[in-house]
Amino acid sequence: MEKMVIKDSSYKLEKAKILRTKQLTDKEKFFEIALGNGQPLDHEPGQFIMISLLGIGEVPISVASSPAGRDSFDICVRAVGKVTNALHKLKAGDEIGIRGPYGKGFPIRVLQGNDLLIIAGGLGLAPLRSLIHFVLDNRRDFGKVHILLGCKQPGELLFGDELEDWNKRTDLYYACTVDRADPDWAGNVGLITTLIPGVDIEPARTFAAVVGPPVMYNFVIKELLSKGIPERQILLSFERNMKCGNGKCGRCQIQNLYCCQDGPVFNYEKIKNLSEAM
Amino acid sequence: MEDTHYVVLKKENFDQFISLLAQKQKLVAPVPKGFKSFAFEPVDSASQVALKYIPTVLPLKKYFMPQRETLLEYTAGKGVKAEAVVEYESLTIFGAHTCDLAGIQCLNMVFSERPKDYNYLTRKNKITIIGLECNEYCDEYASCNLVDASFPGGGYDLFLTDLGDYFIVHVNTRAGDEIVASTRSFDKTELSQLDELRKLRDAKRKIFVNEVPIETKHIPELFDRSFRARVWKDLEARCLACGNCTNVCPTCYCFDVRDELDLTLKNGIRYRVWDSCQLEPFAKVAGGFNFRKERSVRQRHRYYRKFRYPVERFARYFCTGCGRCTRTCMADINLKETLNELLKESEDRVWKRWL
Repeated sequence: MEKMVIKDSSYKLEKAKILRTKQLTDKEKFFEIALGNGQPLDHEPGQFIMISLLGIGEVPISVASSPAGRDSFDICVRAVGKVTNALHKLKAGDEIGIRGPYGKGFPIRVLQGNDLLIIAGGLGLAPLRSLIHFVLDNRRDFGKVHILLGCKQPGELLFGDELEDWNKRTDLYYACTVDRADPDWAGNVGLITTLIPGVDIEPARTFAAVVGPPVMYNFVIKELLSKGIPERQILLSFERNMKCGNGKCGRCQIQNLYCCQDGPVFNYEKIKNLSEAM
Repeated sequence: MEDTHYVVLKKENFDQFISLLAQKQKLVAPVPKGFKSFAFEPVDSASQVALKYIPTVLPLKKYFMPQRETLLEYTAGKGVKAEAVVEYESLTIFGAHTCDLAGIQCLNMVFSERPKDYNYLTRKNKITIIGLECNEYCDEYASCNLVDASFPGGGYDLFLTDLGDYFIVHVNTRAGDEIVASTRSFDKTELSQLDELRKLRDAKRKIFVNEVPIETKHIPELFDRSFRARVWKDLEARCLACGNCTNVCPTCYCFDVRDELDLTLKNGIRYRVWDSCQLEPFAKVAGGFNFRKERSVRQRHRYYRKFRYPVERFARYFCTGCGRCTRTCMADINLKETLNELLKESEDRVWKRWL
């Protein structure tokens, strides 16, 4: 067997440097990263990248910042496996490998001029933060913007400072709920679905963007449909195991679709009949 | 049939032909490996080659997409020092049946679809393929006619058909032309020999009929009706989730990507290795949720990846009818039987609606 270096390999890595980190919760850590070649990542909200730690492995992670940031990008990582636990140990100045961005993100050109209902469950806020920042950067291009946030308990809320800012802003409607309160919690208690009936939307011109744990989707979609939002205006982003990002390795397949290439963002109309989707 | 595209290889020149091929570059061909078993292995003389063989244990994908393949070589530690590599080998494959040629055509489509996989494509361009016609069925497990793979449909440089004292050889590519020119083992075809080929093909059309009672073009509709069939539940009870069926399938290409450091912990590689949608953790995500938890769902996924999903993406079936999944299954899950049961269940439902 002979071997040669190839420049067009799908597995070739870009060098990237961690600029800043912040522990957000017990399990979640924030990283600001810059590509080694000085180029912007040039992603769309909702796309993901493959993060490499040589000798340990590679994982797909959503980009959590707006494409407007040309010098760096953000990710928010939960320590659950081998690679993500190792990633948590890294500090500013450390180098990692990057491939991507991959997949189809939120169709921002379609969303412009419409109202938005953004629904994040738990770590689903990470990919949606990319969309939220993009919308806030270009606030004039959108109609009414609603952000609904839910997580298990107050200690798991991500991006606390930003949430306060969103709460204060008059140009968006923001609400947050936790499944289980603690003594210091003065906000809503209950599942995220309890927030949906109260939002004041015009369903025909509203696009919903939903990201959360697998269990959340069916319940949220039911509420959105009963609000009268058309199926094709409900946008969902799915989490799947991924090894290649190129629609080959087969792990992220949802029936005939590849989550990494055809998604991760799908509209509900397209996937509602796929039993493996949700 | 233009006779210029056909040449004749007399059996008396076959030994010489194989020896010359083996001298040019590594030559692999089916060789007997004990009871009803064959494998593609390196050969250097015609005596090693099995001209009559049932599909080899592993299909030709082992040359196009090796079971384990290095993608990156790197130095561990601070900083990212990695180089993307491809492993390849100049190779001639002799004796590929039409089912296996179809299998390679499927893989070619997958890995040339954007984003292209240059590891696969680089390797593919180094391989010369010589096909060999099945004049009759290999065994009762084959279902190649059902998926249009019982007659040659391209995918080779040369294609041999055994007509008794000689092979008639279809020259399909310039690489095939070069083999004909350089080995000098071939003669011109006579019209009577082309006639013999036509007769063989006519006879084959009587022998090879759809192995399951359904017209080929109606298979996708059968699967459209069968997503919630009871048949999958039956497979749930029998399947051992061992992954043998996908390992031996000529068109199963799912893989895992892994990292490995050498003993000094200084240098490492990232490699890909065959994986299987039939194994329990395949579609499991980090949080623990498994999107294909039950064996029935995983078996159904396998069948739909052969007969339904690729029809939309690549306009062909990804089953080549080779029968390997059936021959290898420890639980006797039989592809033809599954299709028959799906048909029966589907027909039962139609009748029930009428009654």
